[in-house]
Amino acid sequence: MSTNQIQKDVREYVIENLLMGDEEADFSDKQSFLDTGLVDSTGILEIINFLEDEYEIEIEDDEMVPENLDSVENIAAFVERKKNNNLGGQ
Amino acid sequence: MGESTGEGKISFDVLKIDCEQAAAQIEQSIKTIVLKRFRKRGVVVGISGGIDSSVVATLCVRALGAKRVHLLLMPEGESASTDESTDLGRLLARSLEIEPQLEDITPVLDGTECYARRDAAIREVIPEYGPGWRSKIVLPSVVDSDRFRIFSVIAQSPDGEQIKARLKPDAYLGIVAATNFKQRTRKMMEYYHADRLNYAVAGTPNLLEYDQGFFVKGGDGLADFKPIAHLYKSQVYQLAEAIGVPAEICGRPPTTDTYSLPQSQEEFYFSLPYDRMDLCLWAKNRGVDPADVGEALGLTGKQVERVYRDIDSKRRMASYLHSQPLFSGPLDKESD
Repeated sequence: MSTNQIQKDVREYVIENLLMGDEEADFSDKQSFLDTGLVDSTGILEIINFLEDEYEIEIEDDEMVPENLDSVENIAAFVERKKNNNLGGQ
Repeated sequence: MGESTGEGKISFDVLKIDCEQAAAQIEQSIKTIVLKRFRKRGVVVGISGGIDSSVVATLCVRALGAKRVHLLLMPEGESASTDESTDLGRLLARSLEIEPQLEDITPVLDGTECYARRDAAIREVIPEYGPGWRSKIVLPSVVDSDRFRIFSVIAQSPDGEQIKARLKPDAYLGIVAATNFKQRTRKMMEYYHADRLNYAVAGTPNLLEYDQGFFVKGGDGLADFKPIAHLYKSQVYQLAEAIGVPAEICGRPPTTDTYSLPQSQEEFYFSLPYDRMDLCLWAKNRGVDPADVGEALGLTGKQVERVYRDIDSKRRMASYLHSQPLFSGPLDKESD
């Protein structure tokens, strides 16, 4: 699965589940969830749960940092890295 | 971030208050609000043996007299600090020469299946959790890293074995929702007595709690007036000493008094101990550079930035807790 597709899926998840389907929500994939309050702490929890279920990855406590999870773009890149690491470990 | 004040170093001195003046002002306000504005005969105060409810109860007695203050002790069966809370609550009541009314809320919590619902939520992540187990939910430190603060549950078996598990969203929300029954039941009890006595209900949050949303909507967040909500928690402690709250209460570390394992307020909610949180909140409200605050607290500027960010995050969440009901259209009323 390409990073672009992951980015689209994550964006769709955020809109559908955290922004209540607001298709007109004006946010970019680079936008920081923390700095703008777009997603609250419970929302981050939901995102983590979604990523683990959807992409069959396990997110460690020390990976729950803004670099990995604080925007749609960061999340997509993080998931791509995790999946590549998983494949490399097989 | 903000500019340095340039007026010298930040220190805890900025939080010092004139206690005599503060007490007089609050007492006058209580009289005005309760007797004149609401036309109530007195106040109901739920006391927990903690500093905030003790100060509120004492100020109410000083303002209105002991005969117009009804104190409620509302223990429940499983909180780790129930016995200590009840003992200290009674100590406070004795100091005010008031006989408190005891309302054990455990049967109500059993009736609403508070414990059963909470336990079912915990079992989503710790399947073996059951009778005889104890638990609390905790957050990682905010100053030590940039990690998102995700709740974990710590459960202890009857044998003393501890298990820690990160909470999934449904489990986290389920635990909080079930546990919120405790605060909401206590408030229901306070309003029962207020209604039958024609009294007003005093709320007991301090500024740190009020600002940061450390309360339950419809629970301890509900009240007719909140006489110390403008005081930082450090200032509440100063006032407590000045107005004669018993020393044992003044010396007790803040707890949540909610979970069956002992739980500090830092573990559950705040980034730092209350006095340091107060200073950070004070400084943020004035745009003080994080580095200047860090110097006073022995933290780096980056660590204080994390606290500032956490303050903003909690304020966003607290706006829902503070919100009065919103209407879909203007209410028809008599024009001025």
